[in-house]
Formats: sequence, structure tokens, C-alpha cells
Amino acid sequence: MFRYIVRRLLQMILTFFGATFVVFALMFANQDDPIQALVGEKPISDTLRAELTERYHLDDGFLSQYWHYMSNLLTGDLGDSLTGREISEMLSSSWPVTVRLALMAIVIAAVIAIAAGVWSAIRRGGLFDNGTLMFTLLLLAMPVVVLAPVAQWIFGMELGWFPATASRNATFYALLLPAIVLACTVVATQLRVTRTSVVENLRADYVRTARAKGLAPRRVVWVHVLRNSLIPVITLIGVDLGVLMSGAIVTEDVFNIPGVGSKLAQGVRTEDGPLVVGFVSVLVIFFLVMNLVVDLLYAALDPRIRYE
Amino acid sequence: MLGKRPWKMAAATAAISLLVAGCAGSDSEDPALSANAVVISIAEPQHLLPTNATDSSSAQVLSSLFYPLVSFDAEKKPVEVAAEKISVAKGNKVWTIKIKPGFTFHNGEPVTAQNYIDAWNYGAYGPNAQSGGYFFDRIEGYADLNPIDPDKDGPEKAPKPTTNVLSGLKKVDDLTFTVTLSAPFASFKSVIAYSVFHPLPNAAFSSPGVIAKGFEEKLIGNGPFKMKGKWEHDDKIVVEKYSDFKGVVPKIDGVTWKIYGDQMAAYADLVSGNLDVQTTIPTDALANAPADLGERYLKSENSVFEFIGFPTFLEQYKSADVRKAISMAINRDEIASQVFLGSRTAAKSFVSPVVSGYREGSCGEACDYNPTKARDLYREAKGPAEIKITYNVDGGHKSWVDATCNQIRAALQVKCIGEQEPKFAVMQDKLQAKQDIGLIRLGWIMDYPLMENYLNPLYGTNGGSNYYGWSNTTFDSLVKQGSQAATPEQSIKKWQQAENILAEEMPVIPLRYGQNVFGHSERVANVEMDLFSKVNLYEIETIA
Repeated sequence: MFRYIVRRLLQMILTFFGATFVVFALMFANQDDPIQALVGEKPISDTLRAELTERYHLDDGFLSQYWHYMSNLLTGDLGDSLTGREISEMLSSSWPVTVRLALMAIVIAAVIAIAAGVWSAIRRGGLFDNGTLMFTLLLLAMPVVVLAPVAQWIFGMELGWFPATASRNATFYALLLPAIVLACTVVATQLRVTRTSVVENLRADYVRTARAKGLAPRRVVWVHVLRNSLIPVITLIGVDLGVLMSGAIVTEDVFNIPGVGSKLAQGVRTEDGPLVVGFVSVLVIFFLVMNLVVDLLYAALDPRIRYE
Repeated sequence: MLGKRPWKMAAATAAISLLVAGCAGSDSEDPALSANAVVISIAEPQHLLPTNATDSSSAQVLSSLFYPLVSFDAEKKPVEVAAEKISVAKGNKVWTIKIKPGFTFHNGEPVTAQNYIDAWNYGAYGPNAQSGGYFFDRIEGYADLNPIDPDKDGPEKAPKPTTNVLSGLKKVDDLTFTVTLSAPFASFKSVIAYSVFHPLPNAAFSSPGVIAKGFEEKLIGNGPFKMKGKWEHDDKIVVEKYSDFKGVVPKIDGVTWKIYGDQMAAYADLVSGNLDVQTTIPTDALANAPADLGERYLKSENSVFEFIGFPTFLEQYKSADVRKAISMAINRDEIASQVFLGSRTAAKSFVSPVVSGYREGSCGEACDYNPTKARDLYREAKGPAEIKITYNVDGGHKSWVDATCNQIRAALQVKCIGEQEPKFAVMQDKLQAKQDIGLIRLGWIMDYPLMENYLNPLYGTNGGSNYYGWSNTTFDSLVKQGSQAATPEQSIKKWQQAENILAEEMPVIPLRYGQNVFGHSERVANVEMDLFSKVNLYEIETIA
């Protein structure tokens, strides 16, 4: 177990460097004129351009820029964004709200998906099962760029059930609508997978044994079957973190939440290389750790799985 | 290996962490600081240090924190505000600025002439890379602070400036200083209304010429409001009344500048009553805004001027008649009302109506929609069989470029296509490389309300935004004569003569003037926006 974790951590370092290299190269290739992007369409005086180019090493070659960035990064300095703010400060102010939003979305999605998934698996072919099928198809067909503004319009502006926007220190209640929207992007697949998995397990031998020895049907389904059915669902939730992050770019923009997604979008728009690379690097670490946690959870769920 | 317990523990930790996350930082949604304060939307300002703040969001915030030397009356004439008297010696070269006594910065420091000189020197010094630095280029000594790179793009770098003070700034006494310009300029008083000319307190500098770390986060100004707490990036900037303020006192007790990443989000807050003023109603909401807001949906003029330029290296547009014919083929009013839903107005002049000296329809018949005349003229002048209009896709220009092309196609019976470039900078690069990119869409926002601020940058041979390279020596000298004329009135006469040349030569096609399209909540009244697209904080008031 310990050796496994160490091995994974070592792999992570490699992945991390590879990923930042790719992102850095992409940003470098995408860069037309970040200084012009900074001021919009206004002309820039020559001295200002020369000074900023010098300050951010913009006329250096790719490798030298990358070396510059990496050597700073390894000493813990994420650098400054092109607007002069420290990226480490931007990160620490934008992560908490995104983490809260993502956690809320994951829990909302998982609770709905597992409860509805198990229920429709038990009553296979029933009204509820067909209803959820329709509902999930509808959700799958609706991209978040449509879902988020529509939800904001209906529940925030027209009905007034929720605040129309949230802020950095938003209350649980203010974040609820964006979290539900975000949850909608992943709940459909999670629900379908739960249902299929439970249906399969309901036919397994151990279920018959459990029933034969007189266990209460509720205990058979919610303890024995569910635990074995959760393995693929857990994997999916791990993968869904990625979907949530990409969904967060849109959702945070619509609901005015100054989190990682909206900063990242802004960085891409203004060709702010250091900002994008810094944020993506931290996202990469986040993914790697989440993946490791998911893998370790397998072992917890299924005693047959052992890591050496 | 792992039994039941770790699994349960994992579930428990997950549940707890979620609860913590949900509850963390759940301070109540900012209820405006007091009943008599307003919430106004902005985007995240790039900078707040006055000499580095040139975007519209920072200009808004600065208008609450600082008291300008000069502002404009209803006739767009400059009038003294924080200055007691601004006078000029004969020849329009040496300006004497006397500031009003008794004013203090928010930290209690008295406002002196030296505060202005220090701030302006900091802004003009090239290595400080202040985006508003170019505003000081009329002042004597600017060139010494901004040495020119000897070989432009070559390997040599510009030498370091030998001094960091403008030789044109001289302190006379605590409340008076003189500004010597490098060339006479009769309208300099209008220039110093801009926010880059605000003073900075001694507390701003950690040592002479160096801004203290963190000053920008908690700015100290000389205006009616002071900052309450720090600049909360991407969230809000809260300002409250400064009790020792000696100038015109606003009717409100404070402003929360709420920062939005997306204008649609701000609009949602405006409609649901969480925002008092939205300064720009987004295009996507224009169709609903009159119904959503009713009488709280307002418009006022601003300085935006939109036009199409003809790159001079393109042979097919060399003839002024071809340029006029294309101009006559465009129905500006239709596009302004159909595509922009009345948020813009048709432009029939080469400067914006917000500057004094503007004459309605100075462009003449060349800006009037006349498809038959356009076609005849175009045939006679042998215009090209295909017209291309290049625009940057990130600015929402597609719909009007397509509409314009449709009109040109119908009137002139030629092919017309809208060509997309990803960004404005890409367009600039292609222009510089003299690639055939056809006509280019452009826009301009003035820095100060003078005809000169349109004529020189847009049409002057060395104009900073003259991307199409049009050049006319008579025009240049008329603009220059205007700038150096004895009085602002005489300046305007010369500038109008210069504008007449534009009407004959048609270097660009004027298309539209922008407008402030804004809305407010039921909680506030007397909401006005000025030509710089700023909310008038001295007039706005809350209603119970």
C-alpha cells in the first residue's frame, strides 16, 4: 500500500511537469500581443511597450521563457499576472469559493444520482424508471451554456427564489442555484451508471444468498447491493471532477462567482500566460490527487482489490 | 486489508468537510453599507493608481476617491474644481495652476502643489510603465523621461533616462505650481481633467519616485469618498463619505463598486434589485431592457466613435470617389435602430457630438444614404468588384458588419464579405505587414473633450491610432495651427477647417456614435452619466 502511494506520487511529478510544459507551449503559441490585449484597442506608447516586454520577458524565446517560469515555480514563486497582481494571491482568493461550489455540486449530484438510480433499478420498467430516463436524456442534451443562464433567468430573476448572482463570500443559499446547475452537468451519467450497476448486482448470487437467509429487503439493497454497485460510480465521480471544472468556467461567469473558472477564462481572453499556466498547474495537481484518492477508495469499497 | 471502518470514516470526513465548506465564510450578502449608499457595477479595474488607470472601470472608482482639478460644464467648457484658478501666460506655453486651500487627503495630509508634481513625475517616468504616461507628453521634459529606442525593433535598447523629474513642472508655493509645455497649446486646461492628473499623498511613496507596496490596494485620495477596507479583487470596492471633504458634497453616503466578470450577471442583479446602477446594459439584454426597466432604462451621449478605415496601401481604394460611394451605400440609421436597437446613433461627422466645435453633418452628402447616387459614383470611379471588411471576432462586430455588407451589396451590386480575425492585435499586425485585409472596422474613445483628440490621433500623419496610414500635410498643419492658436475658440475654427478636408478626402467612413445605455433600480433617482461614461456621483440620490 505504502509503496503503491509512493510510486503514484513519483508518477505525479512527471505528469505535472509534462502538463505544465504543454500548457505553457499552448499559451506561448496562442500569444499574439498580450500587451495590446491589456489595453484593448488603444494605441500603446513605445516606452510602455518596451518596459512591459522587458518586465515579462516577452521577447525571449520559448525555452528561455519556460526556463524562467519553471525556475521561479520551483522556488515557490508563481510570478505576477500581466496586470501586476501576484498569482499566488489570486489563487488563494479564488480557490475557496470554487472548492465550495464543486463540493456542493458533487454531493447534490451524487445524492440524487444514487437515490434515484437505486430506486429506478428496483422498480425497473416502472413509471419512475421511465421518468428518470426522460429527465436524464433532457439534461444530457442541454449544455451548461444554456442551462446556467436559463436557470438564472427563471429562478433568480423571474421567480426570485434564489439570489441572481453570488459573490466570493456567498452564503450556502446563494451558491445553491449555481451548484445545482453544475450538478446537472454530471448527474445524468451518474444516475444511469448507478441504475445499470444496481440492476446487474441485483441478479448476483450473493443477493440471492442474502435474501435466502432472511435479511430485510431494504438491507439487501441499500447495504449489500449498493456497496458493490458503487465502484463504477465512484470512478465516474472522480472523472466528473474534470467536467465540473470545465462547467465551472461557464457557471462562475454567469453567476459572477470570482473562482478558478472565471479567472482562467479571463486569463485566456487576455493572453495572460503566467496566469493561465499558474492556475492550470494547480488544477493538474488537484486532479492527480483526486485520482489517487479515487483509486484508494476502490480498495476501501472492494476488499478484493489490493495495491502493492 | 481495509475493513469497514475506514470506509465509514471516509464518508464521515466527506460529510464534515462539506458542511464546513458550505458554512465557511457565510457572512451575509453585503447589504449596502448604509441606507443612503448605492451599489454600482464595474468590471475588475486593471489598476487603481491614477497614472496607470486608463480603463473605464478604474476611471469610475477614481471619480469617487479623487477631486479633479477641472471638470466640464454643460457646454463642455472646462471649469475649475479642485483648482482655484488656472491661468496661462501669453503664448499658451506656461500654465499656472493654483489649487484651493484647505483640502486634505483621506489620511489627513494637506493637498499641496508638490503632491501634483510628484504624482505627475511618477506617471511620466518611462521605466514606471504607467499606461497613462502618454498624457504627460505635452509637458516639457517628457522626452528626457522616455528616451527613444535608437533602432526600434532592433537589438539595441533605449538608454535609461537620465532624470526622473519633468523639467516643465515648477513649484511656486505650497498651493501653486507652473506647467511649461513643450509647444503652445490653448486647450491644455481640458486635458488635465483626466484622472491621470490626480495628486498623490506623500504616504503613496515609500521613497521618492517609488510607490509604496500595497498603496494601490488601499488608495488615499483627495475626493468626497474614502476607501473602506481594501480593494477586494473580483468582488467589490467599498467607499464611504470622507467627513473632512471641503468640496461639493454628494447626496449619498457611500458607493459599493460591485465587480462583475460578465455584464449579463450584472443585468440579472439589476433586474432583481440587488444592484442600483448598471453603467452598460449588455447587447444581449437590449431587447428586454425597455420592458424590464421601463423608465429606469436610460441613454445619454458619450464619446465613442465607430468608423471604417481604408488602408492607404490598397490601390483599389485610392480614389476618394470610391470611398464616398461606399459610404453613401450604407444606411447608418437602419443599422443603428435594427442591429443596435437604438443603443447607437448614426454618425455624419468626423468627431463626436460631445466635443465643442462639432458640426452636425459636417461629412456632407457623402454620409447620407443614397443608393442610386452611390452606384453611379462607384461605376464612374471604377471601384473594385469585391469589398472586404475585416473585424475582430472577440468584439461582437459580426452582426453589424454583415448588415453593412448586405447594404453595400444591394446598393453597389458588388461582392461584399466580412472577414474575421481572432483579435484586434492580429489585424494590426496584418496592417503593418501591408497585407490586403480590405476595409477595417475601428473605434475611438476620447481622452479629453477636444476636436483635436479625434483629429490628431485618428487622422494625423503621426496619429497613434491612424492604423490606415492616411496622411495630408495641409490637414496636419491646420490641426497644429489650431492647437497653437491663441484662444480655444480660434483653435476650434482651425480644427473645423481641418475637418472640412476630411469631408472632401473621406479617409474613413464615419458610422456611429456610441451612447451610455444604462439602467438603475427603484431605490435611486437622478442617475446621470457623463461623456466619459461615468456616473455623476454628485447628483445621484437614494429614495426611501
